[in-house]
Amino acid sequence: MAMSDSPRVTATRQRSARRRLGLLYVGLIVLGLVAPFVAYPVFLMKILCFALFASAFNLLLGFAGLLSFGHAAFLATGAYITGFLLSTYPGLTPELGILIGTLGSAVLGMLFGILAIRRQGIYFAMITLALAQMMFFFFIQAPFTGGEDGLHGVPRGKLFGLFSLQSNLALYYFVFAVFVLGFALIQRTVHSPFGQVLKAIRENEPRAVSLGYDTDTYKLVAFVISAGLAGLAGATKTLVFQLASLGDAHWHMSGEVILMTLLGGVGTLLGPLVGASLVIGLQHQLSQSPLGDWVSVILGTIFVLCVLSFRSGIIGELQKLVKRNFK
Amino acid sequence: MTTIFGIPLMVLFGQLLLGLINGAFYALLSLGLAVIFGLLKVINFAHGAQYMLGAFAALLGLEYLGLDYWLALLVVPLVVGALGILIERLLLRRIQHIDHLYGLLLTFGLALIFEGTLVNLFGVSGSSYPVPEVLAGGFNLGFMFLPTYRAWVLVAALVVCLFTWFMIERTRLGAYLRAGTENPKLMQAFGVNVPLLVTLTYGFGVALAAFAGVLAAPIYPVSPTMGSSLLIVVFAVVVIGGMGSILGAILTGLAMGLIEGLTKVFYPEAANTVIFLVMIVVLLLRPAGLFGKEA
Repeated sequence: MAMSDSPRVTATRQRSARRRLGLLYVGLIVLGLVAPFVAYPVFLMKILCFALFASAFNLLLGFAGLLSFGHAAFLATGAYITGFLLSTYPGLTPELGILIGTLGSAVLGMLFGILAIRRQGIYFAMITLALAQMMFFFFIQAPFTGGEDGLHGVPRGKLFGLFSLQSNLALYYFVFAVFVLGFALIQRTVHSPFGQVLKAIRENEPRAVSLGYDTDTYKLVAFVISAGLAGLAGATKTLVFQLASLGDAHWHMSGEVILMTLLGGVGTLLGPLVGASLVIGLQHQLSQSPLGDWVSVILGTIFVLCVLSFRSGIIGELQKLVKRNFK
Repeated sequence: MTTIFGIPLMVLFGQLLLGLINGAFYALLSLGLAVIFGLLKVINFAHGAQYMLGAFAALLGLEYLGLDYWLALLVVPLVVGALGILIERLLLRRIQHIDHLYGLLLTFGLALIFEGTLVNLFGVSGSSYPVPEVLAGGFNLGFMFLPTYRAWVLVAALVVCLFTWFMIERTRLGAYLRAGTENPKLMQAFGVNVPLLVTLTYGFGVALAAFAGVLAAPIYPVSPTMGSSLLIVVFAVVVIGGMGSILGAILTGLAMGLIEGLTKVFYPEAANTVIFLVMIVVLLLRPAGLFGKEA
């Protein structure tokens, strides 16, 4: 911000920026509403689920500076709990199943968080990875997950017991609503005073401590929110594909969500959405091409390239471009 | 037959030996991670992949070049270590000035590339590497049967671990390394070529992983994914031990192997997870790790 800006000019500028952002969100929602008439709804739902997953992950990495390498555990917990409940209790409505799955993930997030925030930086990443691997072994052996086979044929049921989610189009609008709710929650969190403290912790934790903030509590709450939303993404995904499997819990999944966020732009709200769309789209394209076996090599290469020369991600670079040219 | 808590003594000692061998690999790998982390402040996520490359290089060397086990033990760490030097010079060097989490992400990408490439070339099922003739067979110790190769793995791993400890704690080069860990800028000002030291350290850490890979080839199935699952356990071992001390890393590695072995005897269901559980307990009681220095 230039020195000469009077408060009023700053306020006007902020207001117009907010208006532009509001317009962007309205545009995106309209796009989301008409999308299933243009593209295959199941594919779109997959993107929405992973976009929510990546946004939840980004809340931690982008706004609190915590790199979790174990987010697959939360995705899988949400998926398994919801899948198990919906297939075992036919009377349970899908939104309740999803809610319980989300809560289950949040509780697991609380346990992981209490342990992991005792260490910082690289140790935080290693601890979350190790804990997630423990959950992976737990899911293999636990009686309710179907072991190596996973859970199949999870019924989609009727929303609130009234609206059948059997058709992909109906389910799409439900998934879209879930995504918008989750995204709004993240947006609200980031821009709340709580979110400001998180950013302060990201920038300089000792300083935040010296200002009197109980940083551990802030980090823990952020971790629980992120885990819960990751679980929500997993639970919703179970409804879409009607299955929950070990692939959700594998450490590759934790890596993929990092890649989505990094590629789209760490610490930007729209970045994870863009990154998830690109990665899922790429996987989809590759799986139908002769390069299908090389997915993980290609993802690894994108990883390396992103880290070397594209660290702000797509949205981050766009923001820089806009700032430079339209200030 | 003698039993203890209803478990035949032979079985108990057999599992303890297996545990000790696993522990030797944990020690070798966590040692390499600790050495690299000390100077570069980067957690080398490609460590497991480099261990796997070591095992594969030994296997392919034998198949196509007729490289025998003993030569492989010498040549493979050099070759894979040279690959490490390339990685450091071409990639890690470019990001050493930014947040070290990016180093973790970069090496994670490399791990995906190595693993994915080998899966495509050789498939996921493992192949086996023959035990060298001199080390075939075993001794009957009365209370248990000790295969010679396993005894050799233990001895070799311990010797290399202690050699590394000696190098770092008792030689001039090691003193430079420790000083560089404390304050690289001051070392540079004193005229020590720190960038070269960093490169060699990474190369050495990678060579250790490859050496472990060659050692492992005759006892574990050689497959592209053999490294990644092992590495996550090694991460837990590193969190338990803390990366402040070389001897600490070695001891923690061996101890975790033994605990895993014991769990296999008494409660096999938890054998995969026991090390993670130990990690949880350590985090609750002593967050800095058993041998950790920082708070």
